[in-house]
Parts: sequence; C-alpha cells; structure tokens
Amino acid sequence: MVKNHMQRQFDMKRSLLDQGYLDEQFIQLEELEDDDNPNFVEEMVTTFYNNSARLLQNIEQALVSRPIDFTKLDNYMHRFKGSSSSIGATRVKKECTIFTEYCKKANAEGCIRTFLQVKQEHACLRRKLETYFQLGRQAAGPSANAGGQVG
Amino acid sequence: MNPSNGKGSMPTASSSAAWKAGDVVPDQFPAGLRVLVVDDDPTCLVILEKMLRACRYEVTKCNRAEIALSLLRENKNGFDIVISDVHMPDMDGFKLLEDIGLEMDLPVIMMSADDGKNVVMKGVTHGACDYLIKPVRIEALKNIWQHVVRKRKNEWRELEQSGSVEEGDRQQKPCDDLDYSSSANEGNWKSSKKRKDEEEETEERDDSSTLKKPRVVWSVELHQQFVAAVNQLGIDKAVPKKILELMNVPGLTRENVASHLQKYRLYLRRLSGVSQHHSSLNNSFMSPEASFGPMSSLNGLDLQTLAVTGQLPAQSLANLQAAGLGRSTAKSGIPMPLVDQRNLFSFENPKSRFVEGQQQHLSSSKPMNLLHGIPTTMEPKQLASLHQSAQSLGNMNVQVNSHGAQSSSLLMQMAKTQSRGHILNESAGSHLPSLPSSIGQPIMSNGIAGGVIGRNEIGDNGRGTGYNNQVAQTSSMLSFPMNHTTELVGNSFPIGSTPGISNVTSKGAFHEEVSSEIKSSAGFVSSYDIFNDLHPEKSQEWELQNVGLHFNASQNANPVQGNLDVSPSVLVHQGYSSRQGSGQNRNISALGRTMFSGVEATGQGNAQIMDQQLSNLIVDNPVRVKYERFSDTSSQNALFADHFGQEDLMSALLKQQQGNTGPAEPDFDFDGYSIDNIPV
Repeated sequence: MVKNHMQRQFDMKRSLLDQGYLDEQFIQLEELEDDDNPNFVEEMVTTFYNNSARLLQNIEQALVSRPIDFTKLDNYMHRFKGSSSSIGATRVKKECTIFTEYCKKANAEGCIRTFLQVKQEHACLRRKLETYFQLGRQAAGPSANAGGQVG
Repeated sequence: MNPSNGKGSMPTASSSAAWKAGDVVPDQFPAGLRVLVVDDDPTCLVILEKMLRACRYEVTKCNRAEIALSLLRENKNGFDIVISDVHMPDMDGFKLLEDIGLEMDLPVIMMSADDGKNVVMKGVTHGACDYLIKPVRIEALKNIWQHVVRKRKNEWRELEQSGSVEEGDRQQKPCDDLDYSSSANEGNWKSSKKRKDEEEETEERDDSSTLKKPRVVWSVELHQQFVAAVNQLGIDKAVPKKILELMNVPGLTRENVASHLQKYRLYLRRLSGVSQHHSSLNNSFMSPEASFGPMSSLNGLDLQTLAVTGQLPAQSLANLQAAGLGRSTAKSGIPMPLVDQRNLFSFENPKSRFVEGQQQHLSSSKPMNLLHGIPTTMEPKQLASLHQSAQSLGNMNVQVNSHGAQSSSLLMQMAKTQSRGHILNESAGSHLPSLPSSIGQPIMSNGIAGGVIGRNEIGDNGRGTGYNNQVAQTSSMLSFPMNHTTELVGNSFPIGSTPGISNVTSKGAFHEEVSSEIKSSAGFVSSYDIFNDLHPEKSQEWELQNVGLHFNASQNANPVQGNLDVSPSVLVHQGYSSRQGSGQNRNISALGRTMFSGVEATGQGNAQIMDQQLSNLIVDNPVRVKYERFSDTSSQNALFADHFGQEDLMSALLKQQQGNTGPAEPDFDFDGYSIDNIPV
C-alpha cells in the first residue's frame, strides 16, 4: 500500500508537470528537502497560499476601485507573480504575464478578465497540490515517519 | 535576524572563522559565506534561505530593506554578500543597493521576476554585481561566492600594490597576487582581508597589516556634515585634516575623511561630467546613480585622485568608479592615506611645494610634502614621477630617511593612483617613470614604485619584471618607511644594486638587477599599505633602517647585472636618493633617474648620469611606464634617460605638465583598463 501511494504520488507529480501546472522550480524545492526538513515543500506551498491570498485581495481591490491605478496593479501583480514562480506555479505565472501586459496598456477589461483566470488557476493548483501532499502522507504510511516522504 | 546556521551544514562558528586567516581549507570554500538575503515575499525568502543553506552558506534573511541596512551597519563585517529583491514595499531595491555599496561596499546581487532589459541595466548601473531572474535556482546561488572573491581580490590587489604585502606568503611569491584563483590564495588573502577588516579599528598600523581602516558608516547626517565642511573650506581647498576638524566627529579619523573625500570628488566629477540630474550633491553623493562605491574603499584612490585632480574625465571616472565599485572594494585603505597625506592632487600648491617639500619632507615626516608642490593639474603620472623623484631622493639618501619615506608615500600614492592603470593612461603623459604598475596592478601608481612594481613584476623576469622590481624597490624603500619598516628590511632592495646600477647606464641592466632584487624583497609591496597609514614616525624609522639596509645590500650586491631594465622608478629612486646626498634635489628628474642615479649614487655617484636618467625618466617621459607592458622597460628606460636633463625634476615635471602632456604619450595600452571600455 505504501508503494501504491508513493507511486500514485509520483505519477501525480508527473502529471502536474506534464500539464504545466508545475515546473522545474517545484522539483528544485523537492530536492531541497532533507531529513531536517522533510515537509519543506508542503510548508512552502502553505506559506505561498497564505501570502498570495493577501496579494490577490490587494489586486482585486485595486481592480474595483475607480479610477484604476494601473501602476499599483502592476506592482501587486509583479509581486504575486514572483511569489508564484518561486513554487513553480507555471500556469498561474502565465496568467500573471498576460495580466501584466493588459495592465501596461491600461486595459481594465483585459485585466479583469485575466484576473479571473489567475484566480482560477491559483485555486485549481491548490486543490491539486493538496491531493499531492495527501498522497505523500499516505505514502509515508500510518507510522507517520515524518509523513512527507515524497516519492 | 541572527544568522542561523540551523539547517545547513555550515559550521556554526565558521562564518568568520572559515574566512579567516587562511585557516580555511581550500576545498571548504566557499562554505560559510555569509549571505544576507532581503525579500519582502515570505515564500521567496524562505526558499532562498533554504537554497543558500544547501550551498553551505551562512544565511540571514530579512524582509525589509531598512532592517537589512541596520543589520549591515551593526555588523560591519558580518556579511560577505547581499542578495536583494528589486521590488520591495519599503524601499526600492536599487536604493538599497546603492546604500550598501556606499556604506559597506559589499557585493550585492539583485533579483527579480522582472527580466526586462531596463531593469537589468538598472542593476548594472547601480552597481549590482549580478542580477538573478526569479525564480532563482540553486545553481545560480552556488556561484555567488565568485563575486565576493572578485571583490576581495581587487581590494587585495590594491592593497598589495600599495605595498601591503605583508603576508609572508605573498612576499615569497610576488606574483601571487595575480593568482587569485587558487583557493589557498583566497584563503590567504581573504584572511588577510578579513584580518584587515576586523582589525581595522585597533590596528591601523599593524606591521604587516594592510590598510586597515575602520569601516565608517557614512550616514546621511555624517555625510551632510562632511559636505558642509567641504563647502566651507572650498572644494579645492578641502583637506581631510581640516574637514575632520570642522566636522568634529569623535571617532572619525583623517583617513576616513580622506577616503570619503576622494569618493566625493569622484562623485562630483562624475556629476559634472556624466549627468546633471544629481542636483543635490548630498543626495547624489550618498546614493549616486552609479554606485559610488564604498566610502572606505581604497577604490577611491586612483579614481578619485585622478578625478580630483581633474585628470580623469568625468566619464572615465564614472566608468572607473563603476568598475571599481562593482568590483573592488579594497582600495579604501590606500587612497585615503595617500590623499590625506600626500595631498597629491589637489590640495597644495604643487610647484613651490614640491621642491621645498622634498627637502622638507626629508626632514619632516610628512609624506605629503612631496606632492605638495605638485600642481593639481599635474597629471597623475607626473605626480607619480614627482613622487618618485621625491622618493628616490628619500631612498637614495640614507640620511634623508624621512624624505624617502615621504616620497615613497607620495610615490606610493602616486603609484596607487597610477596603478589604476587606466587612470594613468588617462592622465596622460604622466611622467611616471615607474608606472609599470603591472598591468592593471595598482602598483604602478604606487609608482613609488618599486614596491608595486616589484610586486607585480617580481614574477616576471623580463624587463617588465625588472621594471617593477625597481619600482618596487624604490617604493619599498620609500614607502615602507611608512608602514612597514619590517617590510623593507626584509626586502633586499635591489637598491643594493645601485652601485651596480650606476654602472649600468643602460636601463636594462638595472632593471633586471632590480627585479631580481625585488623579487626577494617581495615584501615591499606592502608598502602600499603604507600609504594608508603612513606614520611619519614609522617611516622615519623605516627609512633609516631600510634605506640603510637597502643601500648596504645593494652595495654589496653588485646588482646590476645588466638584466635590469632600469625601471625609471626604481632608478629614480635610487638615483634620487643618491642625489640627495649630492644635494641635488632633482627630485623629479631624479625620479626617473633616481633609479639610475641611485645606483650610481650609491655606487659611484655618477650624478650626471643619474641626473640625466632621472630627468629623462621623469621629465620627458610621461609615464613611460607602460602599464601593459613591462617588458618595454628597456624602451622606457631609454626614454627616460634621453630626456632627462639636468633640471630639477620638479620644474621638469611642471614644465611637462604645462607644456605638454608628455612627449611620448606612452603607449599605454591599458587594454584592460581602458577607461572607455569600462561600462558605467
């Protein structure tokens, strides 16, 4: 069973990579895990989502305010993008780039539309990663040997 | 944030230990590198920290630029490198970059998710030593140590050139400074640098220590005080000593002020030449566009001095500055003292002073004097030559000990500045006879010669080497008085060869002699340090000791083997001193000749020849010293010899300076240092 879980986890990661949800950066993070930090990646992802929620909120507020401050928007998005890229959230990053382009052109509608995409990708990845880590915990087995044995 | 070794495998106490005093086992390097990472994004910050730890670095993270700055200020030498994000809420990353560069002179790496060319360019112009695109990969972080090494290396080189070769190992291998790639060397010089940093406060005059200057943080207030003082005195008359008095800041030393002044002048220069937008000097100065560079870094010496003297075009300065900033931090030690003591460039009324100065200097321990006489407009080279002559005077003349010391210091300074290689070139025709600052080695400027050159050249056996040696020698002789009396003694100056030299009219001979001698006297390079902390007292002693020693040695040595290219500087020194004895102050001309004459003087007293040589060296030949080519010593020598007349070096130099930039624009091909090439 353990093997099963591990295999499943591994496969899921493969799939996430192939579909472009995650990229090489995520792999790098996993490589940073060691005995001292067995759950490093999961911790990082958690940190990311906590932090990015705040950033998304800022963006949303900036989008609804009138007139729209595109400079501020650009600033927020830039930070959000940087944060997303640090965990390897590729699809999210792509949407961020599109958003930034609209932002530079002061295209409010484009920004709003893209922002919805950003949020969607952001949420979707979260779900997937949660599953992924869950698999990892399961793979570690009930003995709970530092649960996060990433396959 | 305290550096946490936590998860990494870094040795806890290692951060300083690892980088200290050559304890570092080469293969451990760069483990223990102390990194400060600044990023407002918590995710990135933690990831970076983890990655850096994985590289075995010692990491301190912080999410605010202000916190980072205060951390840096509190632990002046607590970090080796800083990595910072560009976009931060409380302070622009570039501003932080500038501040760090100004105050602490640490290498700074910028990073951002933005990979636009403009942003990257901004990083470059602000002096970042690298720019990483997020997400940052661990591979990119693995190599950041190179920036630290590079910077240290440049600093070290400067120190060395100014005669800071105090490390024994360095002495043995004069050319080692050129070989920084080996970790052993790195460990060594790193440790020396570390030691320098750590001992700055207390041991400025350490025997073998290089320029140890306490790291003064030039806060905005302090800088404003400084600027006020400078303005009050008048930018042209602002002397570190007076500025210091006016500022009346406890704990601030003249060296600090001098170094800062150099930077400031450089900065002004750059402002006027490069951009006009920095209206507020203060502001600009503190955070110049093109990273001014660490205040305390020696860096200033050559660039600044040049700038100050107006020799360098603003642009060049900016370039140099940028180049220097980006790279070298070390220069701090030397420029300060040099400027301070020597007043090379701007402060005094050169002509009158020079001549008198020399004599006075001879008696007084004030190194500056030598250069005083030098007109501010004097090309650095000229100054260098002046120095040299002064030095030679000092050297040659055993009695003149003080003089020698001073001259050496002057020369040293000159050399220092000169050494900047490119700077010299720019300045043109300086008569630095011994600018052989080995290619790119500041030593040249130290012109003083011998010390520097010796260092660089010691390795080479060619003329170039000889050249250097000679120069080195003289410098060592001269400059050492300043700092390392011990150094000098150690160096068997080729001066000994002086006697031989006299015989050898041809420069070539001398050179080789010297070079060989110099080789042994590797130590003198450390004389460059002397500049920083020239202690009149010390120099005095040194001179006596060293000079005597040298001469003695030389006398017996029968040095001139004929393989020496009489490096002007060396010769000059030599000759000079001897000349002194003869009561001739051809300081300047003597410079060129000193080497020759020195030799002669000691040996034979071929005053005539020496004079000629010196004058040739100094007067007519703008820095014949070809930076890039030492091997041209012979040709150089010839140049010197030919032109020198029997005139007072001073006048000759002055004349030169006024009349022409130098007959022979020496073909300085500063390949590497061409100012034009240096991107701002």
